[in-house]
Amino acid sequence: MNEKNTKRQQVQHLFWRAGFGASPQQVQEALRRPLRRLVRDLFDDSRTFTPLTPVTSPGEPARKELKEAFRNGQLDRDKLKERLRMNRESIRDLNLNWADRMASGKGALREKLALFWHGHFACRVQNARAMEQYAGVIREKALAPFGELLTAVSKSPAMLQFLNNQQNRKNAPNENFAREVMELFTLGRGNYTEKDIKEAARAFTGWGYNLEGDFVFRRAVHDEGEKTVLGQTGRFEGEDILKILLEKEATATFIVRKLYRYFVNEEADESLVRELATRYFRTGYDTAALLETIFTSDWFYEPRNIGCRIKSPVELMAGMQHSLAMSVEPRQPVLFVQKTLGQVLFYPPNVAGWPGGRTWIDSSSLLFRMKLPDYLLRSAEVNIRPKDDGDAATENLFKRKNRLFETTIDWAGFERAFAEVKDTDLPDELAAYLLQQPLGAKQRELVLKQVKKEGSRPEKIQSLTAAIMALPEYQLC
Amino acid sequence: MKRRDFFKQSALATAGTMLIPNFLKAYEAQALGRKAFNGRVLVIVQLSGGNDGLNTVVPFRNDIYYRERPAIAVAPGNVLKLNDEIGFNPALQALRELYDDGVVTVLNNVGYPNPDRSHFRSMDIWQTASDSDQYLTTGWLGRYLDAACAGTAVRTPHRLIEVDDTLSLALKGEHLNGLAMLDPKKLHNQTNSRFVRELAAIKAADDEHNVSYLYKTLAETASSADYVYSKANVSATHTSYPASEMGRSLKTVAELITSGVETSVYYLSISGFDTHINQPGQQERLLRQYAEAVQAFTKDMKANNRLNDVMLMTFSEFGRRLKQNASNGTDHGTANNLFLIGGGLTPGKVFNEAPNLTDLDEGDLKYSIDFRRIYATLLRDWLKADDVAILGKKFDTLNFV
Repeated sequence: MNEKNTKRQQVQHLFWRAGFGASPQQVQEALRRPLRRLVRDLFDDSRTFTPLTPVTSPGEPARKELKEAFRNGQLDRDKLKERLRMNRESIRDLNLNWADRMASGKGALREKLALFWHGHFACRVQNARAMEQYAGVIREKALAPFGELLTAVSKSPAMLQFLNNQQNRKNAPNENFAREVMELFTLGRGNYTEKDIKEAARAFTGWGYNLEGDFVFRRAVHDEGEKTVLGQTGRFEGEDILKILLEKEATATFIVRKLYRYFVNEEADESLVRELATRYFRTGYDTAALLETIFTSDWFYEPRNIGCRIKSPVELMAGMQHSLAMSVEPRQPVLFVQKTLGQVLFYPPNVAGWPGGRTWIDSSSLLFRMKLPDYLLRSAEVNIRPKDDGDAATENLFKRKNRLFETTIDWAGFERAFAEVKDTDLPDELAAYLLQQPLGAKQRELVLKQVKKEGSRPEKIQSLTAAIMALPEYQLC
Repeated sequence: MKRRDFFKQSALATAGTMLIPNFLKAYEAQALGRKAFNGRVLVIVQLSGGNDGLNTVVPFRNDIYYRERPAIAVAPGNVLKLNDEIGFNPALQALRELYDDGVVTVLNNVGYPNPDRSHFRSMDIWQTASDSDQYLTTGWLGRYLDAACAGTAVRTPHRLIEVDDTLSLALKGEHLNGLAMLDPKKLHNQTNSRFVRELAAIKAADDEHNVSYLYKTLAETASSADYVYSKANVSATHTSYPASEMGRSLKTVAELITSGVETSVYYLSISGFDTHINQPGQQERLLRQYAEAVQAFTKDMKANNRLNDVMLMTFSEFGRRLKQNASNGTDHGTANNLFLIGGGLTPGKVFNEAPNLTDLDEGDLKYSIDFRRIYATLLRDWLKADDVAILGKKFDTLNFV
């Protein structure tokens, strides 16, 4: 591999891991700059937080209020149904707005990290306003010190509802929230006891939210007594517990290992994880600094870490859109792809999030992934139907209404980026751009067979692109 | 970290997971060996959405039932009586005929401790056979496949087939996944392009890299697709099936079974059971479709002399509340009934006591049979597999096989 290819692969590696890939133009510009500068640029580009286009209005009643109004007779059945439908569609629009943002390439690092936090702080409730607020938190605080993010998520109505803390009261504690905070959000299994959970749950009694969607601490149902959690004793409230959890280095190790597996390699290098965790802990959980260390280290660019991750369905779709400056209008197919491949934003499978890695792949999901470029680039007819998940409330959201995806691709811009490339070099140049794995001889031969000899240059570029994106190698980044 | 350790710590044991202790070790070290296909078939029918068990198997002598469901209860005169207490919804006429033939067993009050009323969560629990506070990333049938193919180089996804376009968690194993296909022809078309075919023929490196994993998956998919397609061409059924989706799916299953395809487990699901609004019409339409399709399937198996080799289990992720809601529907509940159908059952019957409507848990039925005891029985006594390794612990089996 020559020097230029190595640099290119490194640049693309950085963009794939810290975002959703780079457009060909981005790669070309990046090749002229040192990697350290690129990393800085990525952080600069994600420094400001831009909210997603709102999907609910501030005064809009929540689902619970609607049902209340129905019971009181202020709302008839049809109106209620209509409003609940609007609520579901708002969550769908929130999903699509976020997916659009990921595909745009703007603030890529922030969005990529927020997607990680969405899996980490997995949450799904049928309340558009709460989900919108939750999405705002994980996106806004994505790069903030972990403690700030943890506190904000823990106090978000969506999470409090999802983990039943609204029902956590003195004399009738609900331990769900306290358990997940330790098991999934901070320490990880094996670093606390059942007794710690019980005691911590008492400290979180009274944490809830009001109908306006604001966090409230209801002192009247809070257990004021003494609690002992992880060896410390006091009249703790919720914030105290979060502080105690952050004082444990196990929390830093747990988060760092998970971040490493997401950004670097599914197989964690434990000695690196220990080293990074020590630093993460000392810097007060500075996530931005941690990621900067990762992206600027030599080991991040070692061959074993390149092209080894299976793209999640959301990454796959956003990556294809970003590479080709593709817009999908109407946007329903984006949801259809998420559903068929098993990753619907704001509908994680359970509180543990998406397991990821090889669990994305089975016979049918692999065949669908390999067919996806055909659907998106060549408007091939879709004949796959995702499974109904049993919930009458959401089934219709994922259905494809027609059998074609309508996409607009900036082929002219894409082709311009390869204008200097000779016809004979096109397959390898495109493969070097689209794949983070080498193009094998047999694969190359096969890709070439997809191209009509007498085709024009744009036709060639388009066929090659579609064929390369259909390779198993394209599933990796 | 070694790949194996990695798996132990991550895939089986992702955040929130109670480990299945030594599961991998258990079947790798002891090398259970690939259990040859023994001709026995398990067909699972999943009723998605939470089928209302109380209107499926009706407690027609129970005043509480009629008091709590003034608008949607099934009138005693319409019930197809099974014994002095309970009987089928009239939409299950076809199932009643099978019951009279002695091939249907009804299990009441099936559930699990600390039931979850969310569709997704409860379905996960049923599909992974986890405790309700455990999060597993493999399904119970997927782990059965792992065990069936352990210790050999032969990897046969088609041992487990889901009749659908996408694969359920139940059929995803640690090392191997089942095969999803709506029918053999469609899967054949999907894998038969030159592009897919030639890629599938590329031999994957024998390493742990994800590229190799993808190519292995593709090769297995293509070879299973070929195998099933070539076999399935042999036999087309003479039995007529209802035109419903369920009818079409069971017809596909029947053709595969009679063609001699070596598939141990078939998985099907029908949805629409989430009947919060105007339940009776919707539920009865679905129950009728279900029962008529199952009757045709049973008749087909009998005609082909295979009924004794086939066991069909029907379940739903939860039952529904005893009390109807204000929209002539029912909301999410807990324990439920479950049907077993086949010629290999100890003579068909009502297996256990009817639901106790006076002893409820916040308005919902209490379970008396953990569903994993049924899984254990099916694995151990029907499929002759190591139920303890697959389920991660010992559940007492039931004597229905």
